[in-house]
Amino acid sequence: MRFAFDDDQLAFRDAVQELLDKECTPAHVRAAWSNETGRVPGLWDKLVDMGVVGMLATEERGGLGLTMVDLVLILEVTGRYALPEPIVETAAFGVPFLERADVTVTADHTFVPWADTADVIVTAAGRFEHDAVELVARPSVDGSRRLFEARGTPTAVDGNALAAAFSRAVVGAAAQQCGLAQRMLDLTADYTKERRQFGVPIGSFQAVKHHLANARIALEFARPLVYRAAATSDPVHASMAKAKADEAALTTARAALQCHGAIGYTTEYDLHLYMKRAWALSRSKGDRRLHLDRVGQTIL
Amino acid sequence: MDLSFSPDEEAFRAECRAWLDANVPRPALPSGDTGEGFAAHLEWERKLFDARFAVVSWPAEFGGRDASLWEWLIFEEEYYRAGAPQRVTQNGIFLLAPTIFEFGTPEQRARILPRMAAGEETWCQGWSEPNAGSDLAGIQSKAVRDEAGNGWRLSGQKTWTTRGAFCTHLFGLFRSDPDAERHHGLTYFLVDLLSPGVTVRGVERLDGDEGFAEVFFDDVFVPDADVLGEPNQGWAVAMATTGSERGLTLRSPGRFLATAQRLIDLYREHGEDSGLHDRVVAAYIDAEAYRWQTFWTVTRAVEGINAGAESSMTKVFWSELDVRLHELALELLRDHAELLDGDTASWMKGYEFALAGPIYAGTNEIQRNVIAERVLGLPRR
Repeated sequence: MRFAFDDDQLAFRDAVQELLDKECTPAHVRAAWSNETGRVPGLWDKLVDMGVVGMLATEERGGLGLTMVDLVLILEVTGRYALPEPIVETAAFGVPFLERADVTVTADHTFVPWADTADVIVTAAGRFEHDAVELVARPSVDGSRRLFEARGTPTAVDGNALAAAFSRAVVGAAAQQCGLAQRMLDLTADYTKERRQFGVPIGSFQAVKHHLANARIALEFARPLVYRAAATSDPVHASMAKAKADEAALTTARAALQCHGAIGYTTEYDLHLYMKRAWALSRSKGDRRLHLDRVGQTIL
Repeated sequence: MDLSFSPDEEAFRAECRAWLDANVPRPALPSGDTGEGFAAHLEWERKLFDARFAVVSWPAEFGGRDASLWEWLIFEEEYYRAGAPQRVTQNGIFLLAPTIFEFGTPEQRARILPRMAAGEETWCQGWSEPNAGSDLAGIQSKAVRDEAGNGWRLSGQKTWTTRGAFCTHLFGLFRSDPDAERHHGLTYFLVDLLSPGVTVRGVERLDGDEGFAEVFFDDVFVPDADVLGEPNQGWAVAMATTGSERGLTLRSPGRFLATAQRLIDLYREHGEDSGLHDRVVAAYIDAEAYRWQTFWTVTRAVEGINAGAESSMTKVFWSELDVRLHELALELLRDHAELLDGDTASWMKGYEFALAGPIYAGTNEIQRNVIAERVLGLPRR
């Protein structure tokens, strides 16, 4: 038993983090809310060039021949930066599902994000090609997540392959939730150290400390379930991970907003970018209720 | 990343399972927090010791098997899976012993550990005092130097001492430098409770058992050989013990996995239309989460990275999970939950026991302060 990442995996994660630190700042995410695509212009190509997007494809098919264990840490970082790109849908779902690295994919049960800029769209109904689908825009609470309903005549897909691919997307979304929880915790810890009321930093008050401790605990116990699910490819483990990671992200979002007070309630402040992504992801790739049902079907 | 146990570890698991299945007492022993039950539990401890299962992680010379942390976790999972008795020796084996391994002299190890492992000497913890609970550094019980006797003389009172009425020995902190304040000038003593001047009074706990005690010290002599670590350095020694108490050595995941499985069994019997599906499943997932967070932590420990303040997160998590598992069971049992007879009574007794978890080993409020200050870096004041 060695439940830890190796140095190469951590180094790859750090490299992606370095890129996003420069090219996926809150200003970039904010700009994506109001631009044409909801994405960060130019960033996808850089992620493709780094090998992130196609990493699960074999080398013959243009990938890196890596695994979900390699990818999960990177997806966690993309959550931390609220990367507004179909990275989970393409890297974790589409690339291994289609066995090719040169394609942009989006997928979800019902509402598919960034579908207008994707080559292939997969929903519970089946597979749609970009040039043979009617897309109906549906606004998401997260303005950078451009959501669509796909209408038209889908082609059938292999159910087993779809289930396996979808299970990876579930783990990917769970990893992003952990990253988002981390970001909101960091923002809030920094803010409550600086913000002074009654002559002292508000982070010195126990009521504030306990909110943030609860959030930190939720994250502490979500992450291992996400990493375990990445390693086992077991769909029940994926459901446990998503249920717990959603809980961590939503608990943290609530605590973060409350500890910020009114400034957190403004859209001028960055917190809402991460909080709304967490809300959105908690309803996509199967919500907590769906995943608790799946776990229940196995254990009860 | 490798999530499998080795063939040797799997063989060890099989050995534990076979022995426990053949030897765990049926029906269950009476509560170990009563005089009669304590004696029955010591017999069980002796049986464990003879089979070299009492202290698997200790060196063989003290009665262990030199088991790795992984093997210790496996043993714990199997122990609770088999429904084996509570460990009345736990405060010695899991709290004091790691401290003795870290701070004890070779003479102390050789003298104390084998008898502890065999259940011949049983240890209780003397931390809290009437005016020092969460604020442990406020303790007032005194140790005065006895130069002629090469030792110390203890006076004062300890309280809420778990199983103090049945144990033979106590480990505790006493103020040895009257001029020092708070965390300074404390010494960690190992006390024979049969010493002249010790008075133990049992106190009935919430669950009706005499599981607590008040321990009074009236000029009790303790030789230098029973000081653990350096005199006046007791706080650092004690912190090693509390780290064990909050962390995984006292409450390994196996205990909660077993309780979660019992809850699942109960749900299968009573759960339909209860409306509790999601909460039961979520509690089960939390037991799994604790298991995998432990594997994560143990991997780092094996590679030399200690958890530190992170053990406070563990303590809050398992103690509140334990309460939740029992609350759900009581909800499933409906009017039967009240009963103290029949085969459902263990849930009410377990609930009462679980409620102590958020209080002992540092209340969860204190732990949340520690998490905020030492993990998240928020200001102390």
